[in-house]
Amino acid sequence: MPLKRKDLLGIADLSPEEINLILDTAEAFRDINERQIKKVPTLRGKTVINLFFEASTRTRTSFEIAAKRLSADAINISASTSSVVKGETLIDTALNLQAMAPDAIVIRHSSSGAPHQIARVVNAAVINAGDGAHEHPTQALLDGLTIRQSKGRIAGLKVAIIGDLLHSRVARSNAHLLAKLGAHVALAGPRTLLPLGLEKLIAPSEGSVTFAGNINEAITDADVVMVLRIQLERQTGGFFPSLREYSIHYGLNRRRLEMAKPDAIVLHPGPLNRGIEIDSDVADGPFSLILDQVNNGLAVRMAVLYLLAGGE
Amino acid sequence: MDFIEKACVMTSADMNRVLARMASQIVENNPDLSNVLLVGIRRRGVPLAEKIAAKIKEMDSVDVATGALDITLYRDDLSTVAERPVINKTELPANITGKTIILVDDVLYTGRTIRAALDELIDFGRPRRVQLAVLVDRGWRELPIQADYIGKYVTTTEREIIKVMLPEYDETEQVLLVEQV
Repeated sequence: MPLKRKDLLGIADLSPEEINLILDTAEAFRDINERQIKKVPTLRGKTVINLFFEASTRTRTSFEIAAKRLSADAINISASTSSVVKGETLIDTALNLQAMAPDAIVIRHSSSGAPHQIARVVNAAVINAGDGAHEHPTQALLDGLTIRQSKGRIAGLKVAIIGDLLHSRVARSNAHLLAKLGAHVALAGPRTLLPLGLEKLIAPSEGSVTFAGNINEAITDADVVMVLRIQLERQTGGFFPSLREYSIHYGLNRRRLEMAKPDAIVLHPGPLNRGIEIDSDVADGPFSLILDQVNNGLAVRMAVLYLLAGGE
Repeated sequence: MDFIEKACVMTSADMNRVLARMASQIVENNPDLSNVLLVGIRRRGVPLAEKIAAKIKEMDSVDVATGALDITLYRDDLSTVAERPVINKTELPANITGKTIILVDDVLYTGRTIRAALDELIDFGRPRRVQLAVLVDRGWRELPIQADYIGKYVTTTEREIIKVMLPEYDETEQVLLVEQV
């Protein structure tokens, strides 16, 4: 079952078979990152442009290393140093990049749908590295890979996603992916940060997505607890009284984690706000797979670049 | 794709005899078997490498290490094939430097697979020497590559296909000469 599409814009339009193909391919790529020579010639002569309109360490570095380990040439453009500051439109930027014949454009933008607009005007494969509060498909794929490796399966698991759901593209992509693969997703967070109706956007599937009554209910008997970052840079203010209060009522601490299954794993997409949404003893504890997520991110991005940018 | 079967090149019994002969040639050429690594090229080279290792064990009671190589990422035609081929794992011991590697594949044809395999091996280390064992050599080389151990030479036309069938992947064990119709 091949990946018959030009772009990776979101998880919502992927079939479970396509998701599994990407995860299986990523599994084979993980080994390359453990070799002494961490490079294969697969994408020799291909060009990957990382076009980042938002701050990023993990995702941008991950895409860059992924491209380089496949022997592609990776170029990084950040909005602050590009012609965007001179007033160039998104489409004009995209068309100018297209004129230099890249094979893939990886884009992160604060507006939902920006990658989709670019995908329509360029021939290169467009990979969404996060658009507004919409989707962050490679994050959901690396979370799926991490869960699958740790638990051996995804179907039938209870996954709690807690925190700032309203601003979270990670939560949306994960809700789609986990439900498609048969997991039961329980969402919880402060009432002011719940995107009510989200569950209606999830296509009918083996799994399910529901809002839990409160955070403890979501965590109870969960196999996986995914903590979201409080996105202070996106908040217009007034969603909750103080960070201290957020930490007490919604943060993941050891006591709360005890309500989950004894072998539950903890995930966080990073960057961590230690002591706010997650306590350090949980983030650094034995059940935390936060750094495995980063490692898997590389394998997933290599798989996506291979599957999308490998052709003529 | 439909095929017409033109000839049976090897029966299961033939394959067994041929593999035993190849195993004894390998033993003869490599006095220090402890330094030898039999590396099968995915997919069908892998069970063949294991079969050769079993024959060597029967003959000399020596365990020869085996490995598996997936050459997909090193193919020279990746950007022209329509669909991305599925990637499988390469499984080699941590260090191959100084070893004698015997690459094992089912059919030697253009030689391009072996070129890719050699490039991949070199990325893992610097073997002392590399030898090649194939069950069938069907001619039509496009690169200057030859095998050290050959089960059987078969004269073919370009349209014909050598189909090696192994119990690990197919229902039977035999080698057929078929042609696409």
